[in-house]
Amino acid sequence: MPEMVRLVVDGLELQVPAGITVAAALLNRRLVARRSVGGEPRAPLCGMGSCFECRATVDGRPHTRTCMVRVRNGLDVRTDD
Amino acid sequence: MTELSADVVVVGAGPAGLAAAVAAAEAGAHVILTDEQPAPGGQIWRQPWDAQPPAPSRELWRRAEHRGVRLLPETAVFGVQEARCLRAASPGGAVTIRAGAIVLATGALERMLPFPGWTLPGVFAAGGIQALAKSGLEVAGKRIVVAGSGPLLLAVAAFLKRQGAVVLGIFEQAEAMAVARFAGSLLLHPGKLRQAAALLGELTGIPGHHSAWPVRAEGTGWLERLTVRVGDQEQSFELDFLACSFGLVPVTGLAELLGCRVESGAVVVDRQQRTTVPAVFAAGEATGIGGVDSAVIEGAIAGAAAAGSMDPAPSLDRRRNREQAFARRLALAFRLRPELKALCEADTIVCRCEDVRFGALIRYGDAREARLATRCGMGPCQGRMCGPALNFLRGWPLPRPALPLIPVTARALVTDATDRTASATFFRES
Ligand SMILES: Cc1cc2nc3c(=O)[nH]c(=O)nc-3n(C[C@H](O)[C@H](O)[C@H](O)COP(=O)(O)OP(=O)(O)OC[C@H]3O[C@@H](n4cnc5c(N)ncnc54)[C@H](O)[C@@H]3O)c2cc1C
Ligand code: FES
Repeated sequence: MPEMVRLVVDGLELQVPAGITVAAALLNRRLVARRSVGGEPRAPLCGMGSCFECRATVDGRPHTRTCMVRVRNGLDVRTDD
Repeated sequence: MTELSADVVVVGAGPAGLAAAVAAAEAGAHVILTDEQPAPGGQIWRQPWDAQPPAPSRELWRRAEHRGVRLLPETAVFGVQEARCLRAASPGGAVTIRAGAIVLATGALERMLPFPGWTLPGVFAAGGIQALAKSGLEVAGKRIVVAGSGPLLLAVAAFLKRQGAVVLGIFEQAEAMAVARFAGSLLLHPGKLRQAAALLGELTGIPGHHSAWPVRAEGTGWLERLTVRVGDQEQSFELDFLACSFGLVPVTGLAELLGCRVESGAVVVDRQQRTTVPAVFAAGEATGIGGVDSAVIEGAIAGAAAAGSMDPAPSLDRRRNREQAFARRLALAFRLRPELKALCEADTIVCRCEDVRFGALIRYGDAREARLATRCGMGPCQGRMCGPALNFLRGWPLPRPALPLIPVTARALVTDATDRTASATFFRES
């Protein structure tokens, strides 16, 4: 078993394997990263940093591409971006 | 303020950038290699979150480290301060990087074409789902359709199958004849032929179709059903994920900010991989889509040239010419068929950042007018997704990059990482 870390998404606590990205952690729970301008749910598309569909506020930093951020213990993610 | 400098600064640590860093360092230059990703390898050699990086990447990185190449991971170059002086965002704050010479090895991204339902969660780019799976997305047991165009589809389907996914089918828009001709030409490239044969062996049992493409994705909140067209028939699937893209497009934003000439979407280079701007070189997919072999060769030429070696070694030069012939055949075999332009309907969203629909765009005569009126392409992705789509759908030129290339805080634009020790401990010293 890989080591697990605690991730907080909109106040909800998730236990996820250390080393995966925030984008993968959200997708595995079918949590969407953001709502579009028109209110549609959106999830990661490109996986490589170009589409910005995975963006969220991570530890207070808005517009963070979650496909490029690995989970850390206690990382705070808000999908209100 | 945090200011770094090196004889040669390489942007992008994929196959081209790694090869360039090694060649420059082995020619005696002090080299900095930056990449916005957490680990080197680029797209094809992306390291799985729970496993070792692929062998070729390990080998190049070992040589780079041995020669003292300094890697700056998670460091995205977002702008240009002055000639040969780059600005980058890193977790420690903004950094300024001065270079004697720059090698741009920024790679490619996937072209997405809009069709009804393509914005649903569960629809991914083909290489995108592979990248996400390597970073922890669970695909085992998931029903996945792979669609779009290009050899990447086969690599992704084989990868997904190895990960335990149920690949329902591969739908390639190109005609069977064109693909067969291309496959035949691989006889000129025995290495690639062996790889292709191995790949096809792995794909045994997965239905493959040509002249086929997705027409509609549906679901409430998440992807549930996909309809594809195969010839003049439609087929529907219940599925978990769609992996779909229509070829690759060079990443040229930074080259354009530096003033390098870009033609037909690719950075223009000469035999030494020199761009049109002095002391700025480019290599790999940024200069045209040619695959990993050509990226490594071009990187080696660019790195040596950036470190001051005069002419490319004749053997590299010959191999590059052969790879360029391969690239031309690749582009021809997988060129997009005009029927794909009809996939996008009036109420299909084209610009995902600003939710601009196709119908709102086609009222305008030209790209500039449409973009100003609708904000299409003006969101955080700067048209990286809708630009290549509209280039195909409407013939509109790709949008020009804007500063900063990625959203950074106002602070990062004007100030630097102040705490030198903090950033120094973050950067992995070699
Ligand atoms: C998503 C994707 C998946 C792919 N998968 C495969 C595959 O499985 N098999 C295959 O044969 N080919 C694959 N390819 C094709 C692939 O592009 C090439 O084979 C090979 O990776 C090209 O090497 P490169 O060095 O030119 O570019 P890349 O490997 O794309 O490397 C470019 C690097 O530059 C970095 N970068 C770009 N801009 C900046 C910036 N401003 N600041 C800092 N860093 C930056 C990127 O993070 C990236 O790591 C894939 C392509 C894509 C887009
Ligand atoms: S998934 Fe596209 S930027 Fe993260």
